[in-house]
Amino acid sequence: MKEKETENKKGISNWIDERLPVFTFINHNLRDYPTPKNLNYFWNFGSLAGVTLVIMIVTGILLAMQYTANTEMAFDSVERIMRDVNNGWLLRYIHMNGASMFFIIVYIHMFRGLYYGSYKYPREILWMLGVVILLLMMATAFMGYVLPWGQMSFWGATVITNLFSAFPVIGDYIVTFLWGGFSVDNPTLTRFFVLHYLLPFAIVGVVALHLVALHQFGSNNPTGIDVKSEGDTIPFHPYYTVKDYLGLGVYLIVFAFLVFFAPNFLGHPDNYIPANPLQTPAHIVPEWYFLPFYAILRAVPDKLLGVLLMFAAVMVLFFLPWLDKHKIRSANFRPFYKQFYWLFFINCIVLGWVGAMPAEGVYVLISRVATLYYFGFFLIIMPFLSKFEKTTDLPSSISAAVISEKFDNNEPSSAESYVK
Amino acid sequence: MSEKDLKDKDLSDSVDEEKRDFLFITTAGLAVAGGAVTALSLIDTMNPAKDVLALSTTEVDLAPIEEGQSLTVMWRGKPIFIRHRTSEEIRTANNTSINELKHMASDESRVKNPKWLVVVGVCTHLGCVPLGQKVGDNKGEFGGWFCPCHGSHYDTSGRIRKGPAPLNLEVPPYDFVSDEIIKIG
Repeated sequence: MKEKETENKKGISNWIDERLPVFTFINHNLRDYPTPKNLNYFWNFGSLAGVTLVIMIVTGILLAMQYTANTEMAFDSVERIMRDVNNGWLLRYIHMNGASMFFIIVYIHMFRGLYYGSYKYPREILWMLGVVILLLMMATAFMGYVLPWGQMSFWGATVITNLFSAFPVIGDYIVTFLWGGFSVDNPTLTRFFVLHYLLPFAIVGVVALHLVALHQFGSNNPTGIDVKSEGDTIPFHPYYTVKDYLGLGVYLIVFAFLVFFAPNFLGHPDNYIPANPLQTPAHIVPEWYFLPFYAILRAVPDKLLGVLLMFAAVMVLFFLPWLDKHKIRSANFRPFYKQFYWLFFINCIVLGWVGAMPAEGVYVLISRVATLYYFGFFLIIMPFLSKFEKTTDLPSSISAAVISEKFDNNEPSSAESYVK
Repeated sequence: MSEKDLKDKDLSDSVDEEKRDFLFITTAGLAVAGGAVTALSLIDTMNPAKDVLALSTTEVDLAPIEEGQSLTVMWRGKPIFIRHRTSEEIRTANNTSINELKHMASDESRVKNPKWLVVVGVCTHLGCVPLGQKVGDNKGEFGGWFCPCHGSHYDTSGRIRKGPAPLNLEVPPYDFVSDEIIKIG
């Protein structure tokens, strides 16, 4: 009987699906996939990050075909890409600005999670995988910035690798090991190129796990309430495919504007000077996406403590699900958390800003206060609020929340009837 | 807006199918066109770059090459065989009946000045460089070149005479800039 049924299904896609269920998989995860019906545009940023990863890998592979990872030739090979390679300028500007766009997207994606409590039960591992992706992205972006072998590349590499020298006893050995020599030189460049090429594929792998973990319980939503009935969800296609496409269109317009009209806006002009191991630029700053962490590093007068705090600033994110144990996910229903959250958001911008300023005078003071709040938010405010914060009334379900928004009427019964 | 209005809106008879089709086709069409243009410009980066194309001509001074000698020069990353042919070699090349040839071409059609034979030194079989440029080399059964990879024999006009190669050695585009200088490419 079973065999008969198999035979009855006609068509090549069914034949393949029977043996390798790709179409079932796509249908399950991208088409029928039940998604909360109240997602707002902040839920676009996951798919945007995925698209950006693909853009980075495609342009990166094409760039690697033209680039030479050798201290004598790297800078010139990049200039050759800009001048001689067909559309090489476009390729490089997409890749260069793509890195910035990737961090913008991912930071917004993370602030979204922080606001709506997407890291809480049962999505702890989903969140932690996201932090792993962030770490891999940071390593990849840093090593990519070294490849053009300009002044900022060289001195950025020198400063960042020297962070590890802060560790007592083993520090110097680690740094020599990272360099493969006694200074940032050809062995360093070669390994950075190899790792810069390799790590994005590791990111792809972790992204796959991130998606598996996401689809285990489905997306969180602006109310933070669990999906309770089928009426709370809509199929992913066409509702969210269309919403994602619209977001993608807007995103690509911004991206294209940056690439075509201000390609060097986010970069640093000193990186168009070939690397010179004998002279450090007067004012050295990392790329904008590292500035908040750089500010934390400089806020501390002690070398080791500064480095540890900087690493801790990212590591603390791993513990978020256990620092904030408040039952309510969405900040919309947590009046106090909401205010501290926005203060934290502004605080991150301030950290980024002082990170770009010279480390002197009032900037040092500002960076110290901001660093205190950064850690205070995670380590003091979050656990404190978990215990003592009273919440506003929660809607009984996602549908009820949607309906009450539409009709300003809180009767859940009428909501349910509309759904059915 | 009342709840009832919303309900009515959901009824399928209020859906303008034609408008939806139009929107769907124009959106998809534009997306495909944009994707195609982007893909093509990215793929184009793999074509020869401007600095590569700039190296596509080579000038060679023929004066130092004595009669019977050969010179190999690089052009577009490939060897170019230049042979100052002896009158004996020119005669054999000319006396060969065209009908005997696998790839029919007269010697005249392959030279600008019969004293000078200029060919691309790449075997037309699978791209090896034939022997015959150096004094001690095996020149094959026809006194031209012999490809050691799979045994193709070329004559003094660079024509394939024996072996698996399908075509004669290619004659690159070149011109005599003066009596003794040629520009290849």
